[in-house]
Amino acid sequence: METVFEYTRGMLDVKLTYCPGCTHGIAHRLVMETLDEKGLLGDAIGVAPIGCSITSHRYLNVDMCESAHGRAPAIASGIKRVHPNAAVFTYQGDGDLASIGTAEIVHAAHRGEKFCTFFINNAIYGMTGGQMAPTTLIGQKTTTTREGRSEAACGKPIRISEMLATISGAVYVERVSLDSPANVRKAKKAVRKAFEVQEKKLGFAFVEMLSTCPTNWGLSPVASLEWLRSDMMKYYPLGVFRSPEEVM
Amino acid sequence: MKEKVLMKGNEAFGETAIRCGCRFYFGYPITPQNELTEYMSANLMKAGGEFIQAESELAAVNMAYGAACSGGRVLISSSSPGIALMQEGLSFMCSVQVPVVIINVSRGGPGVGSIQPGQADYYQATRGGGNGDYHLIVYAPSSIQEASDIIGKAYDVAEKYRNPVMVLADGMLGQMMEPVLLPEMKEALAEEDIPKVKPWALAGHKDKREHNVIKSLYLQTEQLEETINGYWGKYETAKKELPEYEAYNLDGAEVVMVSYGSTSRIVLEAIDLLAEGGIKAGLIRPITLWPFPYEAFDKIGESTKAVVSVELSKGQMLDDILIGTRGRWPATLVSRTGGVLIYPQEVAERVKEFLEGVR
Amino acid sequence: MSTQKIIIAGFGGQGVLLIGQLLAYAAMMEGKEVTWMPSYGPEMRGGTANCTVIVSDKKIASPLVTQATAVAAMNGPSLEKFKDLIVPGGDLFVNASIITGGVEKEGAKIHNVDCMGLAAELQNTKVANMVMLGAIYQVTGVVSESSIKAAMEKTFTGGKAKLVDLNMKALYAWKG
Repeated sequence: METVFEYTRGMLDVKLTYCPGCTHGIAHRLVMETLDEKGLLGDAIGVAPIGCSITSHRYLNVDMCESAHGRAPAIASGIKRVHPNAAVFTYQGDGDLASIGTAEIVHAAHRGEKFCTFFINNAIYGMTGGQMAPTTLIGQKTTTTREGRSEAACGKPIRISEMLATISGAVYVERVSLDSPANVRKAKKAVRKAFEVQEKKLGFAFVEMLSTCPTNWGLSPVASLEWLRSDMMKYYPLGVFRSPEEVM
Repeated sequence: MKEKVLMKGNEAFGETAIRCGCRFYFGYPITPQNELTEYMSANLMKAGGEFIQAESELAAVNMAYGAACSGGRVLISSSSPGIALMQEGLSFMCSVQVPVVIINVSRGGPGVGSIQPGQADYYQATRGGGNGDYHLIVYAPSSIQEASDIIGKAYDVAEKYRNPVMVLADGMLGQMMEPVLLPEMKEALAEEDIPKVKPWALAGHKDKREHNVIKSLYLQTEQLEETINGYWGKYETAKKELPEYEAYNLDGAEVVMVSYGSTSRIVLEAIDLLAEGGIKAGLIRPITLWPFPYEAFDKIGESTKAVVSVELSKGQMLDDILIGTRGRWPATLVSRTGGVLIYPQEVAERVKEFLEGVR
Repeated sequence: MSTQKIIIAGFGGQGVLLIGQLLAYAAMMEGKEVTWMPSYGPEMRGGTANCTVIVSDKKIASPLVTQATAVAAMNGPSLEKFKDLIVPGGDLFVNASIITGGVEKEGAKIHNVDCMGLAAELQNTKVANMVMLGAIYQVTGVVSESSIKAAMEKTFTGGKAKLVDLNMKALYAWKG
């Protein structure tokens, strides 16, 4: 009998413990499927962040280390110096990357580090219990903005992809969404492109993935996907912000 | 025959590390250790290594963690306030048992403090500084030659114990020049040999083994306790294997001074001054600050009436001296702080005064 | 010679650290014990700079100098700061190009050295510090001429190698 589908070897046979409706599972699989298809699982090294995905190494079949809060890009910079031909990536959420780790991500881009960062933006701190992130939308209720985020008190949400795209070392920057099968397919292409940029040593590759957090948003999984489309995408437009000619 | 070279401490530290197979350095400018960072930028690449001027000490220590957890031989360096910023990474590396060598060319503190030599980082170095149950192994050289010898040893100790090792120098050792006999150039560990030598390191599983995971988070507290108990044994071993000190003139000494690093050299001159005044004084110079060589105090003879800590701080090492002396002799502190140096005459006068009170 | 402790001080940019380095290098080549200790800090060009060099037949304990066998003052503030550290019978070298009007220091042998003027006679005012080095060498004999030359050859390499001859000439520009 012909095999038409196989679950990727990149995902270990371990039950995911993320909340129902969380998109981490999709993002994990996209990264691992891509490495598997490219034959890079044995040569990949990942850095897990602080956040719900700190335990992602339980599921991902590649060598991995944990990082202190926000420091994954500095750690990946060190790893890449020792193993210049490994497929090195960081996987970071928005509290980790867009708040406490802004210096590390900006300067990894600034140096044009030759690794990939997958940025899970769900507009909230997940693991610590739903506090405001720098990416939290105006009016969005969190445990530290009970009445909704106000611009006067907290400023406007930060658009990381747009900011990084101003840095010349960040040669590939794209924002994708994990809300629909069509967008997930586009996200997979972006992941593939990011690893190609790394393989060709062109510079820093960054893929932002708009994601959901039903538990902390206080919405059902389906309503979460709808809110992602109706509110998040409006403020965080999808698209390619920078892309090198060498990679199609 | 090998020849001595005249080198600034900071440069000799860097050259020694390169010769000992260090191929990765991450640093951030801070006085008085800048020559070390500059030296590595100029010379590490030539030796086939990698250098990054990091955006902060916080990034530098995490780059070091990344390089060390994937099998590289790494050096980082900074000075007191920069070392404070590195505590996150040092605690982390201890928790995941990753070896690295770190040089602290210390200066006066707290806060930004001064840029002149200080020894007020003793607590930071020996009592943690970061969170959790761990120890740094700490060496305190008193000359550039000794620093060079210790850096070579520090890599072997770090890798044997899978633990960060700190070399606690100070601005004086970093800035001064002395003749030094450098170690022979050792071959660095090649990337392809990392999995053999360091099977725990991240190097890609090559579809030949299960994936390696280096983790610090334990949501099950019993697992964390088990992990800490698992590596605690090596600290007990270190306490037996590693303590080092130099004892000078203890026989018949009426007073014994305890001093480490460059300050101990000032004490040696004070000993001569005291001798001129008819007072026989000795010196215990701890070479390891953690584990502290408490057994050195058992070498003190019956003639000794007092023990004096001479350090450039408000009396941090004094705590260890009190532990080591166990009340057998009155102990006191002779010190300056804030980056102010202490001169042999002042040491001699204050020791004499204390001794007269004890008599 | 048992132990010589020399302080060299002046403005940043006058090359005082180099004077000390060459002395230290030369002493090392003679197999002597030596330490060189600079002042350091935010004052680079135009600020104050000094270094202390200790040369000894025996192991050097403290690299700090509280009693100097010689002080070389390249400017007025340095003279005021360090002249009282000279031991009785010690040498005080005064850069007479800048410090004019004569200097008195009881118990010290004073040597006036017109560093700039003598360097100008060699058509290169940049060797003013080497003129001072020459005076120190001639008076104290702390190191030999051949080891100073060897130290220069080790220090001035590449494009600077051609400076060795000029610097060696500067060593004898001052004549007591």
